[in-house]
Amino acid sequence: MSLYSLQKFLYELNRDDSIQRQYKEDIESLLSNYTLTDEESNALRTGDIGLLYVLGVNGQILMHFAAFLGVEWFDYLDKMRDGIKDHGAVRDGVYAMTGGGKSFTTEEEDR
Amino acid sequence: MSLVYTGVLSHAPGITGRAHMVENTDKRDEFYAALEAQRQDIMNAGAEAIIVIAAEHFANFFMNNMPAYCIGVSENYEGPIEDPEWLAIEKTEIPGAPDLGKRITRHVMDSVDVAYSEEWKFDHGIMVPLNFLTPNYDLPVIPVNINCQGPPLTPLHRSWAFGEALRRACDAMPEKIALVGTGGISHWPATPDSGKINEAWDREFLGRLMRNDKESLLSYNDEDTYRDAGQGGFEIRTFITAAAAAGGEGDLKFYTAELPIFAVGCTVASFSLS
Repeated sequence: MSLYSLQKFLYELNRDDSIQRQYKEDIESLLSNYTLTDEESNALRTGDIGLLYVLGVNGQILMHFAAFLGVEWFDYLDKMRDGIKDHGAVRDGVYAMTGGGKSFTTEEEDR
Repeated sequence: MSLVYTGVLSHAPGITGRAHMVENTDKRDEFYAALEAQRQDIMNAGAEAIIVIAAEHFANFFMNNMPAYCIGVSENYEGPIEDPEWLAIEKTEIPGAPDLGKRITRHVMDSVDVAYSEEWKFDHGIMVPLNFLTPNYDLPVIPVNINCQGPPLTPLHRSWAFGEALRRACDAMPEKIALVGTGGISHWPATPDSGKINEAWDREFLGRLMRNDKESLLSYNDEDTYRDAGQGGFEIRTFITAAAAAGGEGDLKFYTAELPIFAVGCTVASFSLS
């Protein structure tokens, strides 16, 4: 149930400009509307893409959140890889890493 | 016959948002040219509205009330929900076709229990196709969603039935309607594997799709698709629905696995209507 709430927080944030403003101005009151663990709340406060990925947030929801935070594309991929290094494999959902963390684009390798 | 065009195309956000990063610019521009040709084909067909069968990514629907199928019946829409700079598409208003959408919905309901919505925000799954197919946003849009994100997902044979229902509905309307299915084939988007493409799987699927071979298209199952084509492969539902709506063989205009920075095998195809 907690992952459900975590994803719902991000779903509602991603699609609503007013909630995005609240995230930036008063995140604590926003967080109080959801039933979340301390680990989840902290990950949302700090924009911890890697941990959110490992917790099982749907990748599309997480990708839109990363874009909202202004995370550059390759940095976003690295943050997910770092999340796995720090916290282990993805715990839920269908967005697991299958490639061992390697890059699949020359653009990323050449950067 | 009021369905005047049916096709499929890719919708990955990198197609617009990461255009500036591409090293293989010749292939990128070849892809864009194929999309422009698809726009021309839709215009030449005289389309008065376009149905976009999409696989949205939690822009409107969540696991609190997830429809397997939904048709948009709004006067207008807004999008993209994503950061405009990230997607390289400005936020805008898109005209809908509420009366036509409601008539189509009623007709589809004869055989498929479809949801409808008068509120809909477009994400990249619709905005990227519109960016190429109606860049001035002057063609009324009827968005259609198939849940490809939040399992349990609708079975493929129901996606086929939905496509046939859409075809019957379009054919009962006096307006000239274009229909496109937009999704990915094999891909692992929004993971560290972004850019991974199973080209052999894609080409096998596209072969079945272009033959419009119902039996072989419906023989896929989600377990195998997840293993061989990633979670992004669940979006084949949109392509299968378009094929069912068309009824005829396909014409693969463009496919490449050489633009992995777009995180999908980039595809453009049309179908004959039968």
